[in-house]
Amino acid sequence: MRTDRVPQDGNTTTYGGGRKLLYAVDGNGRYVGVQSMGWAIEAAATRHALEEIDRQREAALNRVRSGASSPLEYYMYYRRMDLALLAQTSGFWQWRIRRHFRPAVYARLGERVLARYSEVLGIDMAALRVLTLDPGP
Amino acid sequence: MNANEFVHRQSAHCESGVVSAMLTHHGLPLSEPMAFGLAAALTFARIPIVKISGMPLIAYRMPPRCIIRGVAKRLGIRMRFQTFRNPADGMFALDGMLATGRIVGLQTSVFWLPYFPADMRFHFNAHNLIAFGRDDSGYHLSDPVFEAPVTCDPNALQKSRFARGLMAPRGLMYYPEELPERINFPRVIPAAVRANYRIMTKAPVPFVGVRAIRRLGRELVKTGSRARGDFRYLRMLLTHIVRMQEEIGTGGAGFRFVYAAFLAESAEILGDHRYAEAADRMTQAGDRWRDFAVQATRMARTRDEPDPAELASMLNDCADREAAVWDLLRVI
Repeated sequence: MRTDRVPQDGNTTTYGGGRKLLYAVDGNGRYVGVQSMGWAIEAAATRHALEEIDRQREAALNRVRSGASSPLEYYMYYRRMDLALLAQTSGFWQWRIRRHFRPAVYARLGERVLARYSEVLGIDMAALRVLTLDPGP
Repeated sequence: MNANEFVHRQSAHCESGVVSAMLTHHGLPLSEPMAFGLAAALTFARIPIVKISGMPLIAYRMPPRCIIRGVAKRLGIRMRFQTFRNPADGMFALDGMLATGRIVGLQTSVFWLPYFPADMRFHFNAHNLIAFGRDDSGYHLSDPVFEAPVTCDPNALQKSRFARGLMAPRGLMYYPEELPERINFPRVIPAAVRANYRIMTKAPVPFVGVRAIRRLGRELVKTGSRARGDFRYLRMLLTHIVRMQEEIGTGGAGFRFVYAAFLAESAEILGDHRYAEAADRMTQAGDRWRDFAVQATRMARTRDEPDPAELASMLNDCADREAAVWDLLRVI
């Protein structure tokens, strides 16, 4: 890639206003680091993944609101995780987590199990018990 | 050298950036492309059984820690690697190093680092950065993919150092204990190129190296023909490939350009024109990877039916070009 071809699509949010370094060839054939403000293609691919996560999170939110699932499922997607990842990070089996998605089971969960979720999701114990749309940074 | 004199340098990739900045800080100047190249870190691998959010792992460079270990081995640097079972111990050890004016490399998760842009916060555990100080405002970090040093809250840093899951960092902290006086480039560069030649062309498994690129193309065609009109999975797979290629920390085509820069630097140091020609061709391969990204993303984001055969032929073109580079470098 030539330095003048390095994309500078500044209207993308991917880098949060920052710039990323790429190596490119300048007019004299030398390789130099060039800062890029963003690339629309990369941003579109990132958005595609984020939209998928958002879609799953919204679907979980509806299930929680209708009483079909526990807040845990919403929080899992809120932290951009899926069942496999939550199982890996929490150390619980997937079937056990799925069981905790049942509101009746979730309501009776003990402190120790909740503390584990609180730790891996980075959400307060108090917030975990109820549905809070934006429970933490 | 004191950590106060540490100079932050932005780089294209976290791990090669950390190695470059760390060795330069300790009096052994090394550019980022040189660190990447000497570690023979360029690859292509599509590992079916390892899944990232339901998608196959596609890697354009060697696994985490490979650059640090590769450079250390190649240059005869003695590195110290420490992991910790207990997060408090890990933070204590970090504070101890910083208190004596040392800088250290840390492996972290991306997700829990608050200074990362929201769009970039995914659960990727193999990020690398340098810690060079601490005061009341938090830890001073030199994150190589950022333009300037950042400050990070202690709790957030601890959480990202001890994130669990695939490639869990387990608090990994590393620093050089003994460095050579100088680098014998005429010896180490050809050795590193030969090592990378073997990885790209002589891997004993079909899912690593140049032929794995072609294999990915065939797989896209297969996924397309199995889709029966529902292209959701194929579309996710396409942007997944692009994201693995371009996102901060990975950057597939980006890696081709880093390696090209390494070859160009080698050509200059060794006065050997063959490296310069290989650099040119590697850049062309990288450009083709970018064309592929454009096309794959377009197919994923529009309503038209994706054409996996076209993508497969683009991938074959990338593979042909990379094969030609390694053919040139074979005699080195």
